[in-house]
Amino acid sequence: MAIVSKTSNLVKYGRPILAWSIGLLFFFPIFWMVLTSFKTDADAVKPEHLIWFTPTLDNYFNMTENYDYWRFAKNSVITAIFATIFTLFVGIPAAYAMAFNPSRSTKDILMWMLSTKMLPAAAVLYPMIYLSKGLGLYDTKFLIVTVVSLINLPIAIWMLFTYFKEIPKDIIEAGKMDGVNTFGEIKEILVPLAWGGIASTALLIFIFCWNEAYWTVRLTTIDAATLSKLIEGNRAPEGLFFGRLSAVSTAAVGPIVVLGWFCQKQLVKGLTFGAVK
Amino acid sequence: MGHIVLKNVTKSFENLEVIPPLDLTIEDGEFAVFVGPSGCGKSTLLRMIAGLEDLTSGEIEIDGEKVSEVPPSKRGLAMVFQSYALYPHMSVRKNIGFPLRMEGLVKSEIDARVESAAKSLNLTDYLDRKPAALSGGQRQRVAIGRAIVRDPTAFLFDEPLSNLDAALRVGMRLEISEMHKRMKTTMIYVTHDQVEAMTMADKIIVLQSGAIEQVGTPLELYNIPQNLFVAGFIGSPKMNLFTGKEAENQGAYTLGIRPEHIDIVSSGGLWKGKVGVAEHLGSDTFIHVHETGLAKVVTVRASGEVDLKYGDQISLSPRSDLFHKFDPKGIRLT
Repeated sequence: MAIVSKTSNLVKYGRPILAWSIGLLFFFPIFWMVLTSFKTDADAVKPEHLIWFTPTLDNYFNMTENYDYWRFAKNSVITAIFATIFTLFVGIPAAYAMAFNPSRSTKDILMWMLSTKMLPAAAVLYPMIYLSKGLGLYDTKFLIVTVVSLINLPIAIWMLFTYFKEIPKDIIEAGKMDGVNTFGEIKEILVPLAWGGIASTALLIFIFCWNEAYWTVRLTTIDAATLSKLIEGNRAPEGLFFGRLSAVSTAAVGPIVVLGWFCQKQLVKGLTFGAVK
Repeated sequence: MGHIVLKNVTKSFENLEVIPPLDLTIEDGEFAVFVGPSGCGKSTLLRMIAGLEDLTSGEIEIDGEKVSEVPPSKRGLAMVFQSYALYPHMSVRKNIGFPLRMEGLVKSEIDARVESAAKSLNLTDYLDRKPAALSGGQRQRVAIGRAIVRDPTAFLFDEPLSNLDAALRVGMRLEISEMHKRMKTTMIYVTHDQVEAMTMADKIIVLQSGAIEQVGTPLELYNIPQNLFVAGFIGSPKMNLFTGKEAENQGAYTLGIRPEHIDIVSSGGLWKGKVGVAEHLGSDTFIHVHETGLAKVVTVRASGEVDLKYGDQISLSPRSDLFHKFDPKGIRLT
């Protein structure tokens, strides 16, 4: 009996402690980043000012006044919204076709799509730069939206495919008997039924698009540059200005963290869809 | 009108032929039932008529018009699925009205037709509920409502009662039969339950491995099964079938006699045996008789309650005019 109660005590107190420790460990860099963003560049590197310092908003004023934060932010919003819409626009019909009218090669196509995610991005960096420059698309929003949607398309199709597979085929067939055409099947039956899954996919793709850095940094200079580019730009040739860099980073991740916070229920539901059933 | 003709229809999945060449005519207004064990191709055949499954070859005609290339929605057929296949995100009213909305009817017309369909199916009180808030029987009624509201050329039912409990099944069976008598529209009904087939059909099509074993009215199938498969499949409890000496004595390779065509006599019966399990149903008693010298246990159906116990010796007298005789290939002899 003693052993049992010992174990349960360990479980009772040990587990939350462990969970909180891991949670805090992961959260610490973010906390540190936010904290540092309120320090002067000089305070930021002094260990004695790690916790105790005089907070300042200078970094934020500096960022909005001198570094054109709002233009980058606007580009990020435009890129993420349009890329998400485009991804769903292509992804939903593709996943629909594969879920409800599978052919012998459907599985191969799905694997092939996923395999494009296994290719290191660096492998196609130079072709991409030459092509985009050659086509006159370098540093355009069109290019960034296209590239960002295409790299996320395989994941979107996989997610949507999984959700759509959960919808009984009979319901779609009932729709066919009731006189619905393919577009109607998607609009009247599929989308309303898979709404939760589509919302989760959209949210995740939006986050991926917002966070995309590899291509946005390399294929833009000014016009189409997103917040990732702003952070990268503040890596600063003059040395590392931690305060400023932290402010920019905080302002870049802030919106998406807030969005994620509000939608966490939907995200968790979406990501565990199928797993709990 | 709803005259459906299948001409030399076949279906293969990859290299597997599930429906060998098949011809069938379903007359206008007929209640046709496809019956057979699971995997016999009955649902595939129905789905081919519906247009949900392509034909590998052959032709389907509805009212003289070739429809093989016509999409399901344009064939004028309505289908009721085993899983009900209701739209879970729509209320009962919207579910029933959906095909009409897709046809492009005006709202007042849709409402009127939905109300009248709901009334005939006792669904008026449930019109604003979602399918999740309905019982299985009510869901199936909604599915039927969605079918009748369109006034189709023919109804297709794909094992519509299989998901219901036994009591409800009997009730719904009657309702569908009554609906058919009232509407006089062609209905094609798929089931694996021979009782459903016998009670509802004008014409039964018995299928095995995609091929038609026999087509006929319920009583034709019961009285004159053309082969061993139909003999064994139609009727409950199953027909007694023996091979061996007793069959040879009667001039057959396989001899069949239905359990209800064997009388229990006090003495002088053709077969004698020992009572095994007796199943007392009240209205009937099914007696399984062992040690008769025949190849198999003999099942006897006696009407009413019969006072027999395990191990009792009994004498059986089959009505020899009701023997079914089959040749070595299983084809009916007489």
